[in-house]
Amino acid sequence: MTCEELVELVTAFLDGALDPEAERRFVEHLAICDGCEIYVEQMRRTIAEVGQVEPESLSTETRDSLLEAFRAFPRD
Amino acid sequence: MPLRLRESGVPLTVLLYRRPVGAVLPTDDVLVAGLRAGDEEMFACLLNSWSGSMLRLARSFVSTTASAEEVVQDTWLAVLQGIERFEGRASLQTWVYRILVNIARKRGSREHRTVPWTSLAPDQGPTVDPARFHGPDDQYPGGWRAFPERWPSTETEVLAHEVRAAVAKAIENLPTRQQVVLTLRDIDGQDAGAVCTLLGISAANQRVLLHRARAAVRSELEQYFGVAP
Repeated sequence: MTCEELVELVTAFLDGALDPEAERRFVEHLAICDGCEIYVEQMRRTIAEVGQVEPESLSTETRDSLLEAFRAFPRD
Repeated sequence: MPLRLRESGVPLTVLLYRRPVGAVLPTDDVLVAGLRAGDEEMFACLLNSWSGSMLRLARSFVSTTASAEEVVQDTWLAVLQGIERFEGRASLQTWVYRILVNIARKRGSREHRTVPWTSLAPDQGPTVDPARFHGPDDQYPGGWRAFPERWPSTETEVLAHEVRAAVAKAIENLPTRQQVVLTLRDIDGQDAGAVCTLLGISAANQRVLLHRARAAVRSELEQYFGVAP
């Protein structure tokens, strides 16, 4: 497995979706290649940073009208 | 989790209402009970946590942002009406998102917007510039010409904030389908299977979209760190 091939398989690897043979070669390559080790680490870091992004939000009007609907919703 | 939303003078309830995505929500049992009982704070918390992803998801089916906002609004109203019937076979979030997709699909077809979720082949081509690897005639074909530079850690809150802004911009610039899959997987933390079911796409297609999205954001971060002092 070359570096160029490995970088395309990172998501499959992280999802545990590689077949056992490909996973073995991925792990073996990673163990001896600093460049790919850095790349995979950066993908993990990217995933973590994406998880920190502030969400878009509803407009205040929509949000308020939903809260109002929730308040007014008939309950037993 | 860094305290990044606290401003002095903001009462605690407001902080709870503005709970950032990724914060731990109560279990589904607690959420469902709260919704049924009319726990307003919990509803506000759910609105804040999920509406952003729901807007992105809706936006992939309908033609305007305003339309997407209405889809999200209609979804929450349908959730209120249907919560008594929620049986917990799927997670609450999956159930809510399915309702959204149904509403968004109907609205999208009324707007004559074709949804390219299944009709297009996944994007092709490498996610890392081939020029960064040795060519076939070199000594190590497909090996890095130069290793990627390690990134600095973002210890200060100011730097962390800048990084988040760079990431948010990178996400905005992604093609819609990649944006949606990335949001569902890496912001909402849904698993691959749930995302495939929700969007009606194959596991392979889902993975390609996610991988391209992550690689694009990584590339933006690399540029950001490359120019940062």
